[in-house]
Amino acid sequence: MKSYDIVIIGGGPAGLAAAVSAKRNGIDSILILERDKELGGILNQCIHNGFGLHTFKEELTGPEYAQRFIDQAKELEIEYKLNTMVMDISPRKIVTAMNRQEGLFEIEAKAVILAMGCRERSRGALNIPGYRPAGIFSAGTAQRLVNMEGLMPGREVVILGSGDIGLIMARRMTFEGAKVKVVAELMPYSGGLKRNIVQCLDDYGIPLKLSHTVVDIKGKERVEGVTLAEVDSKGKPIPGTEEFYTCDTLLLSVGLIPENEISNGMGVEMNPVTSGPKVNESLETSIEGVFACGNVLHVHDLVDFVSEEAATAGRNAAAYVKGERRSAQGHEIRFLPVDGVRYTVPVTLNTARMDENLTVRFRVGAVYKNCYVGVYFDNERVIHRKRQIVAPGEMEEIKLTKEQLLKYPDLETITVKIEEA
Amino acid sequence: MEIRKLTCISCPMGCPLTVEMEGNEVISVTGNTCKRGDIYARKEVTNPTRIVTSTVKVIGGAADMVSVKTREDIPKDKIFDCVKSLKGVEVKAPVHIGDVILPNAGGTGIDIVATKNVEEV
Repeated sequence: MKSYDIVIIGGGPAGLAAAVSAKRNGIDSILILERDKELGGILNQCIHNGFGLHTFKEELTGPEYAQRFIDQAKELEIEYKLNTMVMDISPRKIVTAMNRQEGLFEIEAKAVILAMGCRERSRGALNIPGYRPAGIFSAGTAQRLVNMEGLMPGREVVILGSGDIGLIMARRMTFEGAKVKVVAELMPYSGGLKRNIVQCLDDYGIPLKLSHTVVDIKGKERVEGVTLAEVDSKGKPIPGTEEFYTCDTLLLSVGLIPENEISNGMGVEMNPVTSGPKVNESLETSIEGVFACGNVLHVHDLVDFVSEEAATAGRNAAAYVKGERRSAQGHEIRFLPVDGVRYTVPVTLNTARMDENLTVRFRVGAVYKNCYVGVYFDNERVIHRKRQIVAPGEMEEIKLTKEQLLKYPDLETITVKIEEA
Repeated sequence: MEIRKLTCISCPMGCPLTVEMEGNEVISVTGNTCKRGDIYARKEVTNPTRIVTSTVKVIGGAADMVSVKTREDIPKDKIFDCVKSLKGVEVKAPVHIGDVILPNAGGTGIDIVATKNVEEV
């Protein structure tokens, strides 16, 4: 059986940044396993601009951003296998994978970095009544068809869900000559970034109907139209508010789910809120030497933050392989997300293992205006940061320092909450 | 004095911007967290521009399509001229990031360049 120091599952932005970071931290024996025919992952179909402002201080498109990391990985002579599907990883880090050249094979890893990304939530998860005609696509599928295969899914489009991919596709399909009639969002707020509403909908006069959903799909062979209705505060359609839109295409942009079949198979402990692994400050899962980063850990809005997170995972995996990881003296401090904060990544930290600085990322469960992000070390408030607006569609972060934490040797719980003014 | 509220689109942070204007003159920009926000706000209220991205067909390449963009931002009211100018454009592989795909797109004076490498097969 072949063995590597670090095996990285997935060659998208997270896997590439983790590999580059691990290599720069002194590990030579690295293998990336990628199921697609090229590296770069989802960035290959994200042809719009706005990537890389944090990482490269310039505005790049998705494929350009991916190429920067692919170039770095190639320069560093990091090994990778394309068209290779990982089937299983054992708790002892034996990776079972397959491809056309080698068939089914096993690889032994000292450390594993999970970087599989996420999938789109599909129609099946939504309970929309009606037939199952052609013309219903997830927004990401439509994005792949238009941008990579040069195919148009349809001419008259309604979009359900205001996730970023749906917003981006509203503009993209408009450029390709389609008429995007409306974007309907079940929640009273958008799930996407505000900037995408401005530059993808407002710029082209595409209406966004909040608190609306699809209650019927007309058409047996092909979509002929959909009926939208307003929903009440519990998400139930309000009778009498139905409106019919003729269309031949319905795009769904209704959320992303980390793809963790392999993590579950290994027995990694999961966070039910993120559907990703529970990790400590080193982005290490409940299995020692198994790290996670990017959208498989929790769904991100910005690839720049994926790269940053993945670099941390790569650095820690390298330290683990080299046996340089500070032994876990001290104790695990637990994060407690409450009052509007849905989760934190990481879920625990140990000051003996942590770097000088730690970025804690989280999401809120509703829109809050003129509020404060409050961080408590046990009962003492240590951060009280004013925010004009926080929304579920935009990831938030707080920064903690080791210096600050060492002043609280008996600290047990770090509470993160939203405090309204 | 006129106050205009904008959302910065320079990056996905989406900072909420407030622009104070006196006629056509910008008095102040607040709410931005970087220099780009200031630049965006001043442009958006006087001469709004956008980078346009799309794809064109590739002949003889490892992929069927290559992604492209305007090398710089173009006036907002020229977006559709730019998009129309790309209709029917095809390129032969190999194509590399930065290669000019279409000069002077839609009469904007700005070139359309490739944003992906597509090798010949």
